[in-house]
Amino acid sequence: MAEYIVKNGFVVDPTLGVNCEKMDIAIKDGKIVETTELKSPKTIDASGMIVMAGAVDVHSHSAGPKVNVGRNFRPEDKLNYYKAKSGVKRMEAGFSVPTALSSGYIFARMGYGFVMEAAMPPLYARHTHEEMRDTPIVDEAALPVFGNNWFVMEYLKNHEIENVASYIAWLLRVTKGYGVKCVNPGGTEAWGWGMNCVTPDDPVPYFDVTPKEIIKGLIEANEYLRLPHSMHLHSNSLGEPGNYQITIDSLKCAEGFKANSDFGRDQVLHHTHLQFHSYGGESYGSKEFESKSKEVMDYVNGTDNITFDIGQVTLDETTTMTADGPFEYHLSHMNNLKWVNKDVELETAAGVVPFIYNPNSFIGVAQWAIGQELALLTKDMTKCHITTDAPNAGPVHRYPRVIKWLMSLKARNQILDDCKYGDSVRSQCYIGEIDRELSFYEIAQMTRVGTSKCLGLSHMFGSLKPGMEGDVSVYAYNPETDDDPEKIEHAFGNAKYFIKSGELIINDGEIISNGHKRTFWVKPGMELTAQVNRDVTERFKKYYTVTQNNYEVKEHHYVPNPYVIEVNAA
Amino acid sequence: MKKVELTIKQQPELYLETENITPDAFAGKSADEIAALNVYEGNVTHKLGDFFSIAGTPGATAADTQIVVNGNLERVKWIGSRMTAGEVVVESSMDMYAGAFMAGGKLLIKGNAGHFTGLGMTGGELRITGNAGNYLGAAYRGDWRGMQGGVLRVNGNAGSDVGSFMRGGEIIIGGDADVHVGTHQEGGKIVVKGNAKSKVGGQMVKGEIIVFGTIDVMMPGFAHRDNVDLEVDGTKATFKRYEGDLGERHPKSKGAVVYGQLYIKQ
Ligand SMILES: [Zn+2]
Repeated sequence: MAEYIVKNGFVVDPTLGVNCEKMDIAIKDGKIVETTELKSPKTIDASGMIVMAGAVDVHSHSAGPKVNVGRNFRPEDKLNYYKAKSGVKRMEAGFSVPTALSSGYIFARMGYGFVMEAAMPPLYARHTHEEMRDTPIVDEAALPVFGNNWFVMEYLKNHEIENVASYIAWLLRVTKGYGVKCVNPGGTEAWGWGMNCVTPDDPVPYFDVTPKEIIKGLIEANEYLRLPHSMHLHSNSLGEPGNYQITIDSLKCAEGFKANSDFGRDQVLHHTHLQFHSYGGESYGSKEFESKSKEVMDYVNGTDNITFDIGQVTLDETTTMTADGPFEYHLSHMNNLKWVNKDVELETAAGVVPFIYNPNSFIGVAQWAIGQELALLTKDMTKCHITTDAPNAGPVHRYPRVIKWLMSLKARNQILDDCKYGDSVRSQCYIGEIDRELSFYEIAQMTRVGTSKCLGLSHMFGSLKPGMEGDVSVYAYNPETDDDPEKIEHAFGNAKYFIKSGELIINDGEIISNGHKRTFWVKPGMELTAQVNRDVTERFKKYYTVTQNNYEVKEHHYVPNPYVIEVNAA
Repeated sequence: MKKVELTIKQQPELYLETENITPDAFAGKSADEIAALNVYEGNVTHKLGDFFSIAGTPGATAADTQIVVNGNLERVKWIGSRMTAGEVVVESSMDMYAGAFMAGGKLLIKGNAGHFTGLGMTGGELRITGNAGNYLGAAYRGDWRGMQGGVLRVNGNAGSDVGSFMRGGEIIIGGDADVHVGTHQEGGKIVVKGNAKSKVGGQMVKGEIIVFGTIDVMMPGFAHRDNVDLEVDGTKATFKRYEGDLGERHPKSKGAVVYGQLYIKQ
């Protein structure tokens, strides 16, 4: 493999304590090495540019059945947004739901080396893996959803944590999944009865467990299995005015739990797209709705076992898609656009609805403001991660715009000044009182250090220490001479150079390789309990529309280039 | 107004996509620069000058530019699409997407127009002297934003799915319309001077459809309310007024429910 030396860049790496210092970074055999280990490296001149480790994404939706439904039912999403094939790079298309190929290229251009597909319906794990396989360059993994799963709810009803853990272990092995995702705990199952679980204390019909019991049970099982990542939660009543207390009550479920894992994480609960869960007021009206980001962050900042991502609204036309079936139903009745609803047998459900976050509306800009506030009110930036819950709050290619807003008060004020409800947003939210501007160092904490630690991958990603994966991003922004927020957005969206696992992917802004993407999955050490073994066999015979043999994700076809993380049982 | 005359000199083997034949693309350019604009045949990119001879010079702005296109253009798509000002005269029948997403100016097609003509148009005047194909003034596949403004006038007949998802503006058809008129219509006005077949106003939320002739099969979701005298496109007559589609959602305005209005001449 070629050797590279990235010379003279302004290196930003919180794991090395380095903040915009001129340093050379050496890459050999796919890994970062000491510069003295190189024999005849190719030189990449990064003079006047920012150099960071490859970025790590904790939560986006770019592969799987609901993403593909979004692609299929939104041909208009591709109408004005496509790029022709050029060189080795294949054709790209789609604004909010890009094709699998586009997704890989978009992540590479932003300098991302690892991406977590945040919701995999186990029954459709094969589909999810096929799309991840076809997404070039970036390493990926997927989180199967457990929060409305019949097995989990039945075991939890009887407080059988060992059986929950055993079932999770079995499902991760069979679906080649990475960790435990929980979407609208209990509420999606209730949706099958035309109901919802609005608060964490609403019992799930028939199963008679509450969302709180599901959240706590999944945290306990996750730590029992000592998994690399923590339980990953989308709590109840997403998007509802006044939901912040429900959010805090859900976060409190983590109290008393401590991380039990060899993979370096501290958190036992990752709350995703916290922006959608930090609302006050009783309606979306400009006199009613208000931000409760400060209240939520007062709680989060005081804990040491919770991380979160923001789910920043980007004020675009986009496509919402979630396993929160009842929420998508509400949304489709708010905007009267097309709606897809899907039940996934014993496991989960999903909905898809196009949505326009209007930059000239009160509610759109208030939601935008709340996302910014959460990040700007965070004390330890490694706990707070940049996402747009792509494509729910905005397309994934907007990450660089989110970075621009967080780094520039001027850019934020422009959004408020351009909106005719800007003053209402300033008075109903906290955005007007905050003048903090994040630094490149803090952006690296949010997009590299914090995310890789949260996923249990800090031994591989998020750092430029020798021995780490050879993922290096070079952005054309000079921290000494440049002072234009627009240039920040452009630089972070168009990496000048990107090296992935030691291979040069982007050279002088042009994609020159489709890389060798890997799919990560976690193999827990725990064996099947007799009870779970019996239940799984019986349920497949009795209820599933597929046999157990046609359920498993067979590695050679679906995961041709796996990276398996084996976890020892307790 | 300055004039550029294009004459097709070679017929494409496939169909030719010419979204660059607009006053906006031509304005301020030399004949050589116009000849160097891209046209597309399948997945191959050609130059406009490979297929058209070019005479005259455009104005400095789109508003000051007229384009006349001569020859047989039955295998040419997208003329006048996204134009915002100026004038285009097509001296021939044309294939699909003429004036698609047009926002202003005037487009005249002397002949028949293919499917998806005036797709999602937001303004301007589009006239067809012959017949129009299917999806006239409709929304792009999957989209909910059909014609939103401007005037679209057809002297002859129109195909199926006229004004699907129409949101505003006016479509006037001199002759007959095929099935599906104003499906999902949510604003604007469709006038059919001849007859309509069936499925008129299916899932219509609001807006108007006026039929001078007959409707073979009425949608069950329309209720006869009263009879009214109207002047439509210069003709005064009495029309039966229906409201619908009663099976669809309907917004409220000043406390009253707003329905789609369907008028049939007595
Ligand atoms: Zn999500």
